[in-house]
Formats: sequence, C-alpha cells, structure tokens
Amino acid sequence: MTVWKQEMRLGLLSLLIWTGSIGFLIVICILLFPEMQGQMNQVSSVFSSMGSFTQAFGMDRLNFGELIGFYGVECGNILGLGGAFFAALTAIASLSKEERDHTAEFLLTHPVRRSAVVLQKLLAVVSQILLLNLAVLLLSLVSIRLIGEEIPWKPLLLLHLAYLLLQLELAAVCFGVSAFLRRGGLGLGIGLAAMCYFLNIVANIAGQAEWLKYITPYGYAEAADIVSSGSIDFLMALPGLGFTILGIAAAFFWYTRKDIL
Amino acid sequence: MNAIETHALTKYYGKARGVLDLNLTVESGAFFGFIGPNGAGKSTTIRCLLGLIHPSSGGAMVLGQPVGRELPSILRDVGYLPAEAQFYSGMQVRDLLRYAAELRRVDCREEAAKLCDRLQLDVSRKIAELSLGNRKKAAIVCALQHNPRLCILDEPTSGLDPLIQREFFALLEERNRAGATIFLSSHVLSEIQRHCTHAAIIREGRLIACDRVEALAQTGARRVTLHGVTAPPPLPDIRDLSRTSDGISFLYSGDVNALICQLAALRLTDLTISEPDLEEIFLHYYQEGGEAK
Repeated sequence: MTVWKQEMRLGLLSLLIWTGSIGFLIVICILLFPEMQGQMNQVSSVFSSMGSFTQAFGMDRLNFGELIGFYGVECGNILGLGGAFFAALTAIASLSKEERDHTAEFLLTHPVRRSAVVLQKLLAVVSQILLLNLAVLLLSLVSIRLIGEEIPWKPLLLLHLAYLLLQLELAAVCFGVSAFLRRGGLGLGIGLAAMCYFLNIVANIAGQAEWLKYITPYGYAEAADIVSSGSIDFLMALPGLGFTILGIAAAFFWYTRKDIL
Repeated sequence: MNAIETHALTKYYGKARGVLDLNLTVESGAFFGFIGPNGAGKSTTIRCLLGLIHPSSGGAMVLGQPVGRELPSILRDVGYLPAEAQFYSGMQVRDLLRYAAELRRVDCREEAAKLCDRLQLDVSRKIAELSLGNRKKAAIVCALQHNPRLCILDEPTSGLDPLIQREFFALLEERNRAGATIFLSSHVLSEIQRHCTHAAIIREGRLIACDRVEALAQTGARRVTLHGVTAPPPLPDIRDLSRTSDGISFLYSGDVNALICQLAALRLTDLTISEPDLEEIFLHYYQEGGEAK
C-alpha cells in the first residue's frame, strides 16, 4: 500500500481545504436556519412561485419551513457541487499528474505492477472522498444538534448517501479519463462535474428533457425526490453504476498498456 | 548470462521512428556505453528495456527475463537514472529516498546515507528547492541505494559539476568491480572512452557499431595533419577534410603505403599521423550516412 500512502500524503492538504470549505459553508447554512425559519412562511411562498427557477432547484416540492427541506436545497447544492468538484479534480489528476510531472518515469521503474498502481490510486481517491463526506456529515449532525433541531436521520442519511454515490460515479469516470491523459485535465474534470449539474437543472425545467436525469448523477441525487419519496431512485442510479464500472475498467485497461513517454 | 539483449527491437511513435531493428547485447559485468546524438533512439531503447513503452515489434531480455509480464521481478534488480530527474516537488529528499525504498520493500537507509555523504546531498532539503545538479544527485541515490545488479543510466552526468562527476564514476566503477553491470547512455564521448569497457553506437534508430571500446577506436583510420599544403593528396578513403591556417587535416582509412607514396611527392613543412580518438571514430560513423556535416 506504499502508493496509496503516498497519494494520501500528497492529497492531504487539498482534502483538508475542500473538507474545510464545504463543511464551513454547510455549518453556516444550518446555523442560519433558525433565523430564517421565522420568515419561512413568506419565503416559502415566494420560493415556490418563481416558476421554472423554483423547479430547477426542486423548491416546488421541498418545504423550506422544515429543516430537511431547507437542508436539501442549501446543503444539497453545497455538497452536491463542492463534493463533485473535489471528486472530479482528485480523480482526474490521480493518474495523469504522474506523467504531467514526469514522475511516472520514477514510479513505474520500481518493482510495482501498473495494475497495483492503478488500484492503489483508485483506493486513495475513494478514501479521500469517503473522508470528506464523513467529516461533512459529522459537522452537519453536530450543527443540527447545536440549533436544537431533531436530526431527520433517514432523509438526511439518504441525501448524504446519494451525494456520496454521485461523487464516486464522477470520480470513477474522471479516473478513467485520467488514464488517457498525459497532462493535467483539471478543466476537463471541473467541466464534466458542472455539465452534469446543469444537465439536471435542464431536466428539471424542461419536461421533455427528463431522460437526462438517467445520464447525470444529479438525477438520482435530487434532494426533492429523495426527501419526498424517502428513497433513492434505483432505476435512475443504474446507468450511473454502469458509468462507474466503465470508468474503472477503462483506467485499468489503458494504464496497464499505455506508453509512458 | 547477458544483462541486456534486444532482438530486432523496433519502436515507432505513430509514424515517427524511435528505434529500428535493434540487436544489442550487453554482457553481465560490462561497463557499457551507449553513444548517439540527441534523437538517435537512446532513450527509446532504455524505455523499452524498462517496460515504460512497448515495442512495435521485437523484444528485449533484461537479466535473463523477457520484458513483459514479469517486469516487477526484473525491476527489483535494476537501478534507473532518468535523463531528466523529476520528483514529487512537495517532498523532502529524505522522504523521496524512503518512498523509493518502500516501493522496493527493502531497507536501504545505510546505503542511502553513504551515497548522500559521498555525493554531498543534503537530505533535509525540499525537492522543489533543489538545483538541477542536486536533483540529479537525489536521482542517483534512488538508482543506486538498493545495490542493483544492473544500473541503467540515461545521460547521467548532465548537470553534475566535475568533482561530483568524478565521485559518481568512482562509485560506478566500485559497483562494476563488485559485479554490477553498468549501462549508460551519453553523447559525451570522452566519458565513454575513459570509463567504459564496451560501447555501442546508435544512429537514426539503428545500431551501427557495437564492440570493445579499444576495438571501436581501432578502425585502422588515421588522423593525418599536413602543414604547408592546401589540397589533399589524390587518394580515395579520405574523410573529414578540414583546412587549418597553414595546411589540411583529414581522416585516412586506406592503404598506408599509398599514402606514403603520395606524401613523398608533396613539399611539407610538417606532418603528424596519429590514431583518431573515439570522438573522431564517432563522427566517422555518423558521416558514413552522409547526413552529418
């Protein structure tokens, strides 16, 4: 697990910064909730009558007056976007940075199988995503207790699970792409994550584009659906599972065969 | 056993030529120099030997095993010094050396300390702060700290100051005496002539000579310098003709008696005939194709 350890060491600072930023924003949001709750009755009606803007963020189906409704929209967007960016950036740099920085020549001339390098790097990406999500979840739980609200365990955990799956899916796809790159692909990673996010918004607004929800992971990680149905739509998540497997398989297939220049 | 053997090794990068039909044999225990100008295919050959790139056709055996599936078991006994040593910039030299050792699953702290001491490398420095020469030293320690049976060194001396170069070659010679095979690529011929027992010359992707260094130098050619004349004698086998302020100089590889006869007819103010050094041999090989100037 030498490569895994090294990856974790090199990624530590980035992990701390992202976890800190996302956690901080979510904590601030939750701490603001009691103050907003008083005005929520008016706000809710405003939010639910902004037409397609309301639909775009699922605010027509979430009640802002309840913690979970508020949490689903606000924190959902923070963790949904922030976590996705972190996952995409970490994964897309994972394999490609060794060639970008010419360290692949160092690493791969040591007695380590390339498949072992890919596996350990993948595990490092997954570990970092898990750590970020765990830390953010803990911060959320503590903050909710701090403002004296009951923790809505089931929808809250389902939401976090959905965002975790979303991040893992994006990471797997980016990891696959990473194996093909010789330079950094940070723009590509961010672009992919942002595109998935906007595809979901398009699907929310335009009825005939609803099939997009089966492509973008934000489809199954839609807070409004998860909170109102009390479950994650498995059928919507299924293509995501396919992309995940495809991304990982592509990484193994290509990285064990490619020429390191 | 041969330390390195390639069989019709060919590598194309798309349509661009890397190496062509290369048959190279390096015996165990040799101190082997691999000579060629930039772009001749030296690094391509080395990268094939290390499994970094895959040959288009042909193959290679390193330490008696084919480069392929069992690559890690080959690499365990190989130390590689890349031409441009690049490392994880956030690390200290100490961490890098430890990482390299952990990847090999051997404890080589003692040997690393010795090497750092001899090369005057400060292990507490950050890699990002290192000069080119110091980065090279770190790479040398990484390549040698596990006492490899085969050292593959790609242009090892670039960036090193002369004192460290001397120490580095002393190190390599010690390792060689202890049984290790040294394979180094270079375009500095004096380096090869001074240290290597065997050498191969590569040109435009093809191996054009491979022999003992002395044998390579003895091609029968002579460097002839004439003073007091402006035109060379009318002989075949004259190459590399150059004019000096009061005469001419050329490489002659034909019959000596024919040369003497021709020289006897000239009015010379001075004359030297000497054995060419490896540098001239090298140029001689390169000019055979007619492309080199």
